Amino acid sequence: MNQDNRIGEVVESSSLQFTVQCYDLYKSPNIGTLVKCGTDPQLFGIVYDVSNKSMDPARRPVPRGRDENKEEGVYLSNPQLNRLLITEVNCILVGYKSTEGILQSPVSLPPRIHSFVIECSEEELREFSSTLDFLPLLLESPILNSIDDVISSFLIKSSKSHDDKSRFLIYAGKELAFNLSGQLIRLNNLLKRISK
Amino acid sequence: MNSEINNFISKDVDVLGMVVSGSLTNGVEVKLKPERSVSEIKVGRYVSIEAENLKFFGVVTDIELGATDQTLRVNPPEISNPFIANVISGSTAYGIIQVEPMLILSQDDLDSIYGPQPAKTIPPHFSKVSLASDEDVETVFGLESDTNFWLGNPLDMDTAKLCLNIEELIKRSNGVFGKSGTGKTFLTRLLLLGIIQRGVASQLVFDMQSEYGWKGFSEDSKEVKGLKQIFSSKVAIFSLDEESSRRRGVNPDYVVRIGYEDIEPGDISVLKETLNLSEVAADAAYSLERYFGPNNWFKEFLALSGGEEFIDLARNLNINQAALSSLKNRLSRFKRFDFIDESGGNDSVTQILSYLDRGMHVILEFGRYGSDLAAYMLVANLLTRRIYARYAVFAEKALGDPTQQPTPLVITIEEAHKFLSPDIASQTIFGTIAREMRKHNVTLLVVDQRPSGIDDEIMSQLGTKITCLLDNEKDLDSVLTGVSGNRKLRSVLSRLESKQQALIFGHSVPMPMVIKVRDYGTATSYGDFQIEDTKFNFDEDNEDLFGKKL
Ligand SMILES: Nc1ncnc2c1ncn2[C@@H]1O[C@H](COP(=O)(O)OP(=O)(O)OP(=O)(O)O)[C@@H](O)[C@H]1O
Ligand SMILES: [Mg+2]
Repeated sequence: MNQDNRIGEVVESSSLQFTVQCYDLYKSPNIGTLVKCGTDPQLFGIVYDVSNKSMDPARRPVPRGRDENKEEGVYLSNPQLNRLLITEVNCILVGYKSTEGILQSPVSLPPRIHSFVIECSEEELREFSSTLDFLPLLLESPILNSIDDVISSFLIKSSKSHDDKSRFLIYAGKELAFNLSGQLIRLNNLLKRISK
Repeated sequence: MNSEINNFISKDVDVLGMVVSGSLTNGVEVKLKPERSVSEIKVGRYVSIEAENLKFFGVVTDIELGATDQTLRVNPPEISNPFIANVISGSTAYGIIQVEPMLILSQDDLDSIYGPQPAKTIPPHFSKVSLASDEDVETVFGLESDTNFWLGNPLDMDTAKLCLNIEELIKRSNGVFGKSGTGKTFLTRLLLLGIIQRGVASQLVFDMQSEYGWKGFSEDSKEVKGLKQIFSSKVAIFSLDEESSRRRGVNPDYVVRIGYEDIEPGDISVLKETLNLSEVAADAAYSLERYFGPNNWFKEFLALSGGEEFIDLARNLNINQAALSSLKNRLSRFKRFDFIDESGGNDSVTQILSYLDRGMHVILEFGRYGSDLAAYMLVANLLTRRIYARYAVFAEKALGDPTQQPTPLVITIEEAHKFLSPDIASQTIFGTIAREMRKHNVTLLVVDQRPSGIDDEIMSQLGTKITCLLDNEKDLDSVLTGVSGNRKLRSVLSRLESKQQALIFGHSVPMPMVIKVRDYGTATSYGDFQIEDTKFNFDEDNEDLFGKKL
C-alpha cells in the first residue's frame, strides 16, 4: 500500500456516505476525487465536501493575527493550532470491489470507523471510470444540491486518466444527456462545465 | 478490458441502431445509435436487419430528427460549443431513419434454394439494424457469373457489385430513361456490352447518333471506345452514310441501301406526326399502293409531274387534291436521302439476318441522317418490320422442332416515344414487339428521355426499367405507373444525382435498387471488360483454343 496516498481515517459512516478526518490540517484531496477505504470489500467514494474546523465543536477559533504581518505568522506563533484544528472530508459511496472487479452500485454496509482512506491512483481511476453506471446514483443523490460540481470535477479528473480524453468526455456527456432527459438546462450547465 | 467506454470507442462501424416501431405498410422506424449522425446516411442506402433467425434486407426511405426533450425546440442547447453539440446530437436529440423492409434472406440452408423472398412481415422491436454488406448485396442480386453482368454499384457501396441477370433481362422488352445528359447512352452501351459478353442474344442497334459502334464521346469531349473496338469479332457496323463513317475512321461492314420498292404505306403512316401529314394525306399512301401496285407506288407517285395528271389521280382515288399534293411534297424529301435508291436497294435485311444468325451484333450507324428524325424512323421501322417477319417464320418452324428456335434478338431504339406514342403505338412494328412480349424471341431495348410520350400500355409491358434522373412530373408518373411502392420510389428517383446514377426495378431484379452506373471509358474499365470476357464467355475461349477467331 502506498503510504503517501493515505489521507486519513473514517470517523463517521453510513451506507450512503462517510466522513474522513485527514491526518494533516489542510492536506485533503479536492472535490471530485476518487478515494477508497476498507478491505473486504474495498469501498469507493467520491469526495463531495471538504471542511476545516475546530476539533472541539464547543471551542470556536478566535482571531490571532492582529500583530502579524503575514498569515503564516499566525501558525508559527501558535504551533498548537495544528493539533486543535482539523480538516474533514465527506465522501459519497459509489461502489465496491468484488471478486468480479469494481461494481458501481450502492454498498450494503458502511465502512468501519478508523478505516484507512486512500486517494486512488490514476490507474484505479481509469478502471473505475471506464463505466459510468453510478452516474444516476450521483445525479439523484439527496445529499447535496451542489452535486453537479462534484460530478463535473470527477469527470474532468477521470478524463485525464484516459488516453483519448475528449472521446471519454463525449461518452460521459452522452451518459449525462441520457440520464437528464427532460432537464435540459441542468444538462446544458453540466456540459458547459466539463467542456472547459 | 471490456468496458463501456471501450465499446464506445471501438464502435461497431456498420451498426446503425435498432428498430423502435413500425408497420408493414409504412416500414419500420429505426433509432440511430448516439454516435451515428443522420447526415452520414442517405435516402436509398441499403440496410440489413437481424431478427432472431431471419435477416431482412431493406432500404432507407426517410430520415428524421427526434428529441427526448420537448423543450429542445424552445430552449436549444448551446450548440455553438462544439463539445455540447457533439454530446446532444445522438442523445437528447437523435436521428430516426425510416426503413422499408424489402426482402427476407432467411438464414438457414433453404435460403440458397429459394433465394430472397418478398418481406411479408416486419422485424420485431429492438432488432439490430446495420448497413448492408457486400455479401448481402450478393445474396440478393447474385454474384458476377456467366449470366450475371456487373452493371454498377449500390449507392455508397463502392465495393459491392450489382449484377444483372442478362438472360432474365432479355426475356422481356426493357427501357432506359432519364433526362438529357444523365447517362442514358453510357448505360445503354454497358447493357449492349453485357448482352454481347454473356452471349445470350443477338442484337440490332439503331444507332441514331453513331455513338455505339466505333467510338463515342464523353462530356469532356474525350473519345470512348465503341463496341466494335472491344469485340471486333462479334460486332458488325452497318452504315447509312458511308462518307460520315469513313470520316470517323470506320470501315463499315456493310452499307445499307433502301430501294423505292421497299417503302410501304405503313412506313409513311408512322411518320404522320414527324412529317406533319394529315390523316387523309397519310392514308392516301394505301390508296396509292392499291392503285400502282405494292412495289411501284412510291416510284410512280414521286415520278408524277404536277398538272392534269395529278388532278386525274386525285379524282381517280377520290382523295382531296390538297392532301395528295402535301403527301407528294413531303415524300419528295426522301429523294434527298442518299441511302434511298430509285434503282433499287441492296438486300440489307438478308445481310443483317445473316450476321444475326451467326450470333453477331449489328449496329446501324445513321451518320448525318441521325439528325433527321424522319430518316431514322423510316429506316428503323422498315428494317425491323421485315426482320420481325422473318423471325416470325423461324419461330413458326421452331414450333415443330424446338431446336430450331432462333437466337433471341434484342433491338435497341432511341427516341422511342416517337415510335411508341399512344396514337401510333398500335400501328408500328415496335408497338407490336413491345406488346407481344417475347413472342418470336424478339424484344426491345427502348431508350428515351421523355417516357411520358410513350403509350401507357407499352410502358407497363416493359420488364425492367432502368432510369436515370427525371424531373418532369409526367415522366416520373409514366415510368412508375403500376409499380408498387410508387410514392417512395418517386422520391428516390427525383433525388438521383444528375449523372451516372440510376434506379433499376422490374422483372429481372428482386427489388428496386439505386446504383452508381459502372464507369465506362477509362483504361481500367476496358481492362475489366476483357477479363470478364475471358472469364465468362466460353465460346470465345474455344475460339482462341482452336485458333479460328474471325
Ligand atoms: N457510366 C459512365 N461512365 C463514365 N461517364 C459517364 C457515365 N455515365 C455518364 N457519364 C458522363 O455523363 C455524360 C452524359 O452521358 P450520356 O451521353 O450517356 O447522356 P445521355 O442521357 O445519353 O444524354 P442525351 O440525352 O443528351 O443523349 C457522358 O458524356 C459522360 O461524360
Ligand atoms: Mg444519349
